[in-house]
Amino acid sequence: MKKYSGFSLFKHSLSHHENWQAAWRSPQPKKEYDVIIVGGGGHGLATAYYLAKVHGITNVAVLEKGYLGGGNTARNTTIVRSNYLWDEASKLYDHSLDLWKDLSQDLNYNVMFSQRGVLNLGHNLQDMRDIERRVNANRLNGIDGVVLNTAEVKEIVPVINDSQDIRYPVLGASWQATGGVARHDAVAWGFARGADSFGVDLIQQCEVTDIITEEGAVVGVQTTQGFIGSKKVACVTAGNSGVMAAMVGLRLPIESRPLQALVSEPVKPIIDTVVMSNAVHAYVSQSDKGDLVIGAGTDSYNGYGQRGSFHIVEHTLSAICELFPMFSRVRMNRAWGGVVDTCPDACPIISKTSVKGLYFNCGWGTGGFKATPGSGHVFAHTLAHDEAHPFAAPFSLDRFNTGHLIDEHGAAGVAH
Amino acid sequence: MHHIYCPYCEETREEEEYSYTGEAHIERPKDPAAISDEAWGDYLFFRSNPRGIHHEMWYHAAGCRRYFNVTRNTQSYQIHETYKMGELPTVTVPKETVQKGEAS
Repeated sequence: MKKYSGFSLFKHSLSHHENWQAAWRSPQPKKEYDVIIVGGGGHGLATAYYLAKVHGITNVAVLEKGYLGGGNTARNTTIVRSNYLWDEASKLYDHSLDLWKDLSQDLNYNVMFSQRGVLNLGHNLQDMRDIERRVNANRLNGIDGVVLNTAEVKEIVPVINDSQDIRYPVLGASWQATGGVARHDAVAWGFARGADSFGVDLIQQCEVTDIITEEGAVVGVQTTQGFIGSKKVACVTAGNSGVMAAMVGLRLPIESRPLQALVSEPVKPIIDTVVMSNAVHAYVSQSDKGDLVIGAGTDSYNGYGQRGSFHIVEHTLSAICELFPMFSRVRMNRAWGGVVDTCPDACPIISKTSVKGLYFNCGWGTGGFKATPGSGHVFAHTLAHDEAHPFAAPFSLDRFNTGHLIDEHGAAGVAH
Repeated sequence: MHHIYCPYCEETREEEEYSYTGEAHIERPKDPAAISDEAWGDYLFFRSNPRGIHHEMWYHAAGCRRYFNVTRNTQSYQIHETYKMGELPTVTVPKETVQKGEAS
């Protein structure tokens, strides 16, 4: 891998940028790998990268049915934060936030991580009590957070409607200054390029159609490019995890639903932070290009169509227009949906399964992007040692049978 | 926006009148105290979540306020049938995983 630098940019400008090395190879699949990762999104690529970098396991294939980072990695609203309520969740997400801080240097790829702060608004007294509880829990866990009142929110976001006469007035917010946004595509591409540089094979247009087992242990996968052998198969397939599990007769505590987002036409800088509201179900930030990036809720029912219901978008936009009346005249450019894997306790599953050599990293639901580096890091450990990383251990599949759920629903400003 | 036929009201109404209440035909264990944690967890949380034909319950919240079942394709969003509680679906075997269909 040739390193990107200011000097290389200058050098390639002399040849009109026509001779850049491809960011990764497009190899033919080998017959056998030490580890096969199913799913070439951010989490899968991060897993491959850390497997190679931290654990020295490089005989790895990432199988992607479409193109790299074309699923939920390309469809989210790129928010990064770690202000989760429970110890287990805050450890995992804060581990991820730590990795985000040096990720561009580590990958030699600009992921445009911008710590512009995240506001989670409160609209009634109970919201504010929950926010205080969560901020206190965060601070005990070493995660920065403060509780703001209406005036302090207005100071950070001058365009917000601070009238107390609206249906859901802004009574205050939690503020995590270290939160922010990153460039979603760059995250996938950076991890892909990094993994490829260690010799990981990234195989696109290769759909896994079956998982082959012998005597309760994985021996490989059947794909649209033929059989590929491996004793370890790791599914990082988000919304399609239920389909993958069904291949070996397993069921997961997951339901797949479309989650929508939309962007406006580019406008001048107007919001330099991330504003989220769980109660009215809207969140907004502004990309470097100038578009307002707006997230909506999930559909209420299961669905694998990568589009959502219109009334969900309408609901979100009415909330956005109440919070930011001036946005009522902004035109929306594009809207799309991604299929998210929602778990009953809104926490991920990073786990072994009852099938030997079959691992799942799924259930991130509506908030997986922020966890991309951390998820890959701990899952790589789980794969390499066949034993959960300490941060991943509470997120095993067993918890749904033991009852040790990590109930982050609503409690953590999780936007659904 | 789905248009859903309520088998009790015998009317086709818009999706917003209804709420979705999850997978259908999940039987509550007769004696919860007698079964293992494993079986209880499976009953509470584990779902088939198929890509294709799915039997699910809907609640006619702004109508008759009764639960009923729907057979719907989660890929094409086509609704194949709706039927009353206690009845069995007639559309069951997915002919192919991905069916072409109009989102209604």
